[in-house]
Amino acid sequence: MMRRALFVLALLGAALPAAAGEIAPSERRSGYDFMSSDTKAMQDDDTANPGMLSVLDGDTLWNTKAGAANKSCSDCHGDVSVSMKGATARYPAFNATSATPIDLGQRVNLCRTQHQEAAPLAPESSELLALTALIAKQSRGMPIIAGDDARLATSIARGRELFFQREGQLNIACSNCHDDNADRHLAGSAITQGQPTGYPIYRLEWQGMGSLQRRIRGCMTGVRAQAFDFDAADMIALELYLMSRAHGMKMDAPAVRP
Amino acid sequence: MAAALVNVPAKAKRGAVIEIKTLMSHVMETGYRHTAAGEVVPRDIITSFICRFNGTEIFRADLFPAIAANPFLSFFTTASESGRFEFEWIGDNGFVANATASITVE
Repeated sequence: MMRRALFVLALLGAALPAAAGEIAPSERRSGYDFMSSDTKAMQDDDTANPGMLSVLDGDTLWNTKAGAANKSCSDCHGDVSVSMKGATARYPAFNATSATPIDLGQRVNLCRTQHQEAAPLAPESSELLALTALIAKQSRGMPIIAGDDARLATSIARGRELFFQREGQLNIACSNCHDDNADRHLAGSAITQGQPTGYPIYRLEWQGMGSLQRRIRGCMTGVRAQAFDFDAADMIALELYLMSRAHGMKMDAPAVRP
Repeated sequence: MAAALVNVPAKAKRGAVIEIKTLMSHVMETGYRHTAAGEVVPRDIITSFICRFNGTEIFRADLFPAIAANPFLSFFTTASESGRFEFEWIGDNGFVANATASITVE
């Protein structure tokens, strides 16, 4: 009954005022806002932001021919700064062939398998992160519009259900931290609202790049739940819900996060 | 060749103090970590960084295992004449990477 009520609420989503505990649109803050001035300075300077190293690698890959078709990304898409402008702000997006939402990494891999006739890149591989970082950078400063497609409504509703679903040995939901206690601290670190504005990110704790999926898996392991597999349908639904929750917020990829 | 980002002002007034910023892609594996199976992950770090201006060494740094991945180094020098900066990173397992940048001093 409760699930059904949430589902209906989610479908009505945008039309309703935020329920208790949820963050009002005007109160939303990117993870950037929670960072120290030193970490902000690192992100803002393209020669200090280590995510830019990944973007550089991505630029090389973009122009490298691959697969049996011997085609590079640029052979079809041309200049990345033109063709990929704003692309990341739309993802996860609806894929008509599979009739499911797919995230940016999956989109890159579809291109690899279908058009380049190459093996898909492994989740969290440096190549996939480099290409997605390069593509995500082209949406810097643009508002997130993922989830606008009406065909995504059921997936967003599923993602929302997962966001409020208590889980793991600690029996807490995403919302318990990122809605209810977003302005507080956990073991000295800011909890933040969980707004996915800058993925893939360079996370100082990881000493490397990672996708939103890796970040979500880290949270799930943290509450001692069984983390979703990479690219699982529920993982994509949760990514999609988070992006739709951040609707209109400005992208700042590749972001640096503590 | 590992990716490097170098930021040197393209132009400077003679005698001005300029900042040079370098970012090098490297894992900086400490050698103190173990895999899940208990094996030591071998050390793999950058051990030294050298900056030369028109062939003369102007800055050098030794790096150690406690330094984070993708080392970022920033330092200052005085713009005396136009020329070329050469940067060199040397590390474990024969790691060598180079970058260059030019400056015009007016």
